[in-house]
Amino acid sequence: MTPSSPQLAAIKSALFLACLIPGFFLWRGFELDTLGANPIETVTRSLGEWTLRFLLITLTVTPLRKYTGWHWLIRLRRMLGLFTFAYGLSHLLTYVWLDQFFDWEAIAKDIIKRPFITVGFAALMLMLPLAVTSSNFAIRKLGGRRWQSLHRSIYPIAILGCVHFWWLVKKDVTWPLVYAVITVALLGIRAWWREQERRKQLAGGYLPKPKFEGKVIKIFAK
Amino acid sequence: MLIRPPADILPSEITDPDVYRARRRFIAQAGGLALATALPAGHAHAALGPLVASPLSTTEGQTSRKAVTTYNNFYELGTDKSDPAENTHRLKPAPWQLRIEGLVNKPRSFGIDEILKLAPLEERIYRMRCVEGWSMVIPWVGIPLATLLKQADPQGSAKYVEFVSHYDKTTMTRGVLDWPYTEGLRLDEARHPLTLLAVGLYGDVLPVQNGAPVRLVVPWKYGFKSGKSIVAIRLVEKQPVTAWMKAGPSEYGFYSNVNPDVDHPRWSQATERRIGEFSKRKTLMYNGYADQVAAMYSGMDLRRFF
Repeated sequence: MTPSSPQLAAIKSALFLACLIPGFFLWRGFELDTLGANPIETVTRSLGEWTLRFLLITLTVTPLRKYTGWHWLIRLRRMLGLFTFAYGLSHLLTYVWLDQFFDWEAIAKDIIKRPFITVGFAALMLMLPLAVTSSNFAIRKLGGRRWQSLHRSIYPIAILGCVHFWWLVKKDVTWPLVYAVITVALLGIRAWWREQERRKQLAGGYLPKPKFEGKVIKIFAK
Repeated sequence: MLIRPPADILPSEITDPDVYRARRRFIAQAGGLALATALPAGHAHAALGPLVASPLSTTEGQTSRKAVTTYNNFYELGTDKSDPAENTHRLKPAPWQLRIEGLVNKPRSFGIDEILKLAPLEERIYRMRCVEGWSMVIPWVGIPLATLLKQADPQGSAKYVEFVSHYDKTTMTRGVLDWPYTEGLRLDEARHPLTLLAVGLYGDVLPVQNGAPVRLVVPWKYGFKSGKSIVAIRLVEKQPVTAWMKAGPSEYGFYSNVNPDVDHPRWSQATERRIGEFSKRKTLMYNGYADQVAAMYSGMDLRRFF
């Protein structure tokens, strides 16, 4: 199943709108005052959770593509990654603006002294180069391989995101655990592929046909 | 000529208006109380009254009843703030018995109606500061805890008071904390005039999500020190280990006095968000009750005894 160009364009537009939905509902909820007694906390926390969700959805693209053979899914990954960054940035902005009200001294103290904020801030900062290089131009400039190794930093970023959530909750770690398990599964499956690939090389002594190597090139429109 | 028919009720049989009004008031109040304890809270507001105003009350703006009754930390009914108000069916506030035991000369149990008769009900408008960094102003209704303690006649060897909350593993949250929820105070803290045994808020019977039918309110300490739905008060010699101390000994100490200078290991306690307000405000030492309580801690290293 491979959608035609106009079909893909339609899918992309639909996905773009879908990605805006959580933000839209939070905005409406804030305006209509339906976010409970502490709306600022609700907005900040929801944006943080959506960042983590988008990150995990982005990480699902490759396994999904591998097991379904729908290689066109890769064409959606950049948008998902950029939305992850956008939600992460909004999360930081609500903290800086609504939570701390631009009290830079308090913010700086928080980042240095509070491990959960340190970790969350680091995760977002590490995402910045990925967001900046999410363009065909950047891939061409960096070269596929270098671009790919840079973008592999999304794996530690995902771990940092989970740790950020885990350290933030007071006691009930049910939800942080759910995200952690999904993250471990998504990273674990990649480690497993790698291991298999390595064994195949050792056993057969041959160079396997490039599977993901160079697939990056597919991002370019033909 | 006017012929009057004989009156079919003798004047002596007519009830005096004062008497029947008093009767009606009694029935309304008793009925209201029964209704409030029988129905899930939030559906009926059963008024408690009459209430005596207290000089210990703050004149600050009160947090809306809606916020006070929908934004709660009551882990037995769920760990999200909105959970307790949605899970009120998990706790039956009537019938209820509160035991006073341990190092007392007169151990005994109290029903809620007995507690209501111990002293005139007072309205106490207190600030409430949660360890998570938010605060409210709540008009509680209750009696001084000291009044109840006096009934049991604590022995000289009693130095601390342990409070045990209701727990039913068939209906309530499992895991998270070591149930039942326990809290503790030093005896002088428990006897302090500010320490309140609350049975209501906003002039009405205490809603389930706020700790029905009877809870503790210790306004100069973080909110979790004020145990909800209390079934036992135990006088002991040694400092009790509370549920939060077991859960995180480095994060939650026995005293847990509100202190802007001693941070929670994971977040700052310097400021707080008053629910309903946009920007944060500075947290006050002992939650603004320093004049009344600071003397109890003079000479203590508050970083060590956090």
